[in-house]
Amino acid sequence: MNYETVIGLEVHVELLTKSKVFCGCSTEFGGEPNTHCCPICLGMPGVLPVTNKKAVEYAIKAGLALNCEIAAYSKFDRKNYFYPDLPKAYQISQYDLPIARNGYIEIEVDGKTRRIGITRVHLEEDAGKLIHEEGKNNSLVDLNRTGVPLIEIVSEPDIRSPEEAWLYLNKLKSILQYIEVSDCKMEEGSLRCDVNISIRREGVDKFGTKVEIKNLGSFKAVRRSLEYEEKRQREVIEEGGELIQETRRWDEVRGVTVSMRNKEEAHDYRYFPEPDLVPMVLDKDWIAEIKANLPELPDARKERYVKEFGLPAYDAGVLTSSKALSDFYEECISHYHDPKVVSNWVMVEMMGLLNEKGMEVEQIKFKPEQLAAMLRMMDQGTISGKIAKEVFRDMFETGEDPEVIVKRKGLVQISDEKELERIATKVIEQNQKSVQDYKNGKQKALGFLVGQMMKETRGKANPQMVNEILKKLLG
Amino acid sequence: MKIEKHTVDHVANLARLYLSEEEKAEMMEKLNSILDYMEKLNELDTTNIEPTAHVIPIKNVFREDEVKESLSLEETLKNAPDRSGNFFRVPRIIEE
Repeated sequence: MNYETVIGLEVHVELLTKSKVFCGCSTEFGGEPNTHCCPICLGMPGVLPVTNKKAVEYAIKAGLALNCEIAAYSKFDRKNYFYPDLPKAYQISQYDLPIARNGYIEIEVDGKTRRIGITRVHLEEDAGKLIHEEGKNNSLVDLNRTGVPLIEIVSEPDIRSPEEAWLYLNKLKSILQYIEVSDCKMEEGSLRCDVNISIRREGVDKFGTKVEIKNLGSFKAVRRSLEYEEKRQREVIEEGGELIQETRRWDEVRGVTVSMRNKEEAHDYRYFPEPDLVPMVLDKDWIAEIKANLPELPDARKERYVKEFGLPAYDAGVLTSSKALSDFYEECISHYHDPKVVSNWVMVEMMGLLNEKGMEVEQIKFKPEQLAAMLRMMDQGTISGKIAKEVFRDMFETGEDPEVIVKRKGLVQISDEKELERIATKVIEQNQKSVQDYKNGKQKALGFLVGQMMKETRGKANPQMVNEILKKLLG
Repeated sequence: MKIEKHTVDHVANLARLYLSEEEKAEMMEKLNSILDYMEKLNELDTTNIEPTAHVIPIKNVFREDEVKESLSLEETLKNAPDRSGNFFRVPRIIEE
């Protein structure tokens, strides 16, 4: 039996405003607990929240970048529930009139473009943070995060595989970083994701019973949990069982989803219009101005890299996947003439080292000019490609100029013909068997001799000259 | 619409109100009379009236994105029934 997977995502993103959404407290991450609080975000009686205009602007900006329609009229609503991280016992959110709706994101799946619908983008306030003390009967509450502006981005159930969910999240994150409305750091909680997944027999229109998964700490966890859940649901159906609509928690260590105890009553948030905040009539000129000031988005930048720099689509896609990486690359090519050469170094060596060290582009020690300087040293024959890799690694680790590294390590390429001939003579003397093999027509033997010369010179010999000299001496 | 006993139970539970049987009966009656009154409002013709979310005719009240001084930690925790260091302390709650 073939099944189709149906996935929808809800992503919460903290906006990069300086102050909270309804009061002037700082939104800075990592402050001492309960030091960014005031009567408004603490939910004291008699206070009056006032909306941060920047937060509304960022929500509109996100809506526009996600190809949404922006509401002419929008309002806030109260979502009521009791939980200790929510001092007012309601969250100010948006129910029926969100700031933006009906948008989409395009992702590339197996070389084809797929369009994933965005149902809505709405503005709301974040809740505080609960810390559960191990082995104690108490929880500790930090309300610094209470009232930090969030947008919730809800996708249509258009996603058909865990892979697509992963691509969607990466694209969404990239867009939001490009427009600079959020830093999207999952480890600091500024991007959080819940997923809904169901399966149905191929060809059936009706959706299957959906399961919500929570506690997803990384995009990898999202993908793994969906892969697990897809398989679990299939097994339940094939064994003749019935799926129940429920919330399951992802257990990262065991790699499984676990059913969360079903509460006696279903969530009943009793939304109603927030009486403390007046409605927003979003001015057309304001929206047009925000739209006009949208920066170049990842897809447009990718296209430009292909057209302007002649990069392969693959390179262009990788380089533009994050704004920080793309900005770094552009800075490099402003100092060096060949975009493809730079692309190779950035994608292979630089990204390889970033992965190896678990670092972000922002943490790179060397400057784009230094990479350009190193590439010019290669062009001038001062260092070989092989040595350049060593220089690059050193530069990555120390941030020193390539010239300094080459001098310090004595890595200047040997291009002195006399010197190379002397070494070649020595190598030939010591490897008579290979010399014989070569003379008997075995081309491979030459490669061995080249290798021996590189060994003698610790990789510093000019490879082209080595080849020529060996061939000449061997007649 | 008629409010029945199970609705009263549900609403009381959501509001964390613990009502006696007599109180529940009383609530049922009161809530029903409120709804009856709402029914009366339904007699009005509102065909050409825009839905209203707010009674005051004001829109777009915003503030600039400026950080203002927060309360001191002591001030913030002053009303807390229980605290631990810089935190509010509450009974253990884990959503499982």
